[in-house]
Amino acid sequence: MARAAVLGRLTWRLAEVREVLPETPRVSSLELQVPDWPGHAAGQHLDVRLTAADGYQAQRSYSIASAPDGETVTITVERLEDGEVSPYLVGELRAGDQLELRGPIGGYFVWEVATGGPLLLVAGGSGVVPLMAMTRVLAAAPSGVKARLLYSSRSFEDVIFREELDRLAGLGKGLHVFHTLTRSQPAAWKGYARRLDREMMREVAWPADQRPLAYICGPTAFVESAAGLLVELGYEAARIKTERFGPTGG
Amino acid sequence: MDEAGMRLDGNAIGGLLQELFVREMTVAEGTCAHCGHVGAVGAVHVYMQAPGVVVRCPACEQVLMRIVRGRDRYYLDLTGIRCLEFSEPS
Amino acid sequence: MAFISRGFKGRRREGAPSGRIPPGQYLADGFPVLSAGPTPRTKLSDWTFSIVGEVDTPKRWTWEEFKQLPSQEVTVDIHCVTKWSKLDTLWRGVAIDTLLEGVESAAEYAAAFSDGGYTTNVPLEDLTGGKGWIAYEYDGQPLAPEHGGPARLLVPHLYFWKSAKWVRGLSLELEDKPGFWESNGYHLYGDPWREQRYWGD
Repeated sequence: MARAAVLGRLTWRLAEVREVLPETPRVSSLELQVPDWPGHAAGQHLDVRLTAADGYQAQRSYSIASAPDGETVTITVERLEDGEVSPYLVGELRAGDQLELRGPIGGYFVWEVATGGPLLLVAGGSGVVPLMAMTRVLAAAPSGVKARLLYSSRSFEDVIFREELDRLAGLGKGLHVFHTLTRSQPAAWKGYARRLDREMMREVAWPADQRPLAYICGPTAFVESAAGLLVELGYEAARIKTERFGPTGG
Repeated sequence: MDEAGMRLDGNAIGGLLQELFVREMTVAEGTCAHCGHVGAVGAVHVYMQAPGVVVRCPACEQVLMRIVRGRDRYYLDLTGIRCLEFSEPS
Repeated sequence: MAFISRGFKGRRREGAPSGRIPPGQYLADGFPVLSAGPTPRTKLSDWTFSIVGEVDTPKRWTWEEFKQLPSQEVTVDIHCVTKWSKLDTLWRGVAIDTLLEGVESAAEYAAAFSDGGYTTNVPLEDLTGGKGWIAYEYDGQPLAPEHGGPARLLVPHLYFWKSAKWVRGLSLELEDKPGFWESNGYHLYGDPWREQRYWGD
């Protein structure tokens, strides 16, 4: 594993918030400057720790959205309505603040160019974040790896990174993006308009005989359903990687 | 919250496992002591909304690990894993 | 710990009537659901509750029989070792005293066992004398599966991990046998007022 260090103690460090970028009504990206950041691989995450004045602490994990870029690391966070940490990160935190974090963390749910493809990325809601890091790494390197992203969102306004995905898919470099909007669709919507099901997966997924690598991320029920559909389509279990997000991440 | 929402996977304890083992552990392969299933630690079932972390086999749901933290101590039970395989550092 | 996150307060932890919140606890919003595994889904037609172990004759009730037993409605405060407390919670259940009527045993302890494999240990004197119930209603409604339904143990004067969800029976024991959490760092007895959370407390 090239950039993701296998050995070593994770230490808490202070990063500076460079910018808070709203992505959708509920989601913002936090661009962080992390001194001495060792680099990371697409799919890895950070642990963020908040400390109140009375010493109370809360800790959560957030996937890294950005491709490696020196000391700049971006996480993309969805504000959960009754969350404890996410309403602080998306709502209170501002440029110039410091944020305590450790990372990069992970090794199983990681994709590097050398891992190959073809790639099937299946995202449910904010589960798109680590898959976006993979997409950005793919777009930055002329690798010949082909990728399909199947991205399920509630509505058009909830699609994170929509414009960038349109642009990357339009480059003709082997990325195709398929959207499904499960609750409401704009007029003249041409994408899918229902929850992920067998028919949709069959239409979008690479044929199993191409030995694709699949990465699925999102809420547990979504991930387990999607993984089951891929197994039914003949995907090898060892080539399906999953990352479940919980509302506990709030 | 539905019950499926309570279940996460080994990725969610990547940081905690690295605290304990001082290395990345989600790619390690574990053998379930109950049913013999072998799989990546990243793919185990993890229940964290509890007095401790409970790690279960994705095949048989028996307990693989329990991790409790309290008063600056860890309490770790690995008896549900018969064997843990991971690479020697190069 | 020098760094403070500007403006972070954490969940609102309102002040509580003094004397009712044990040390280190705060008042919960709602009723948090904690779980160490998948929620069991035992059909009522398959459900039984048993008293086994150090008894001459084990006792067992089906769900029908259990619901015929005299029950009590109780209002109690509950305290979870993960630091939340909830005051004035309303339950309906069968008193352990009722279940142990006529049971003769030299045992001083009970080991509660549940669907899904969870166990916990409680001294018998902490279950009897009006201190413990097998509860099947919460807040006037049948106990929901995520909160331990069809029935859970209810021992409110100890940390709530002792109030085993999905309970199926008590095994009366001569020795105090550490259960699921007690064998992995949590205190054998678990008195919230003495803050007995972990081994050595």
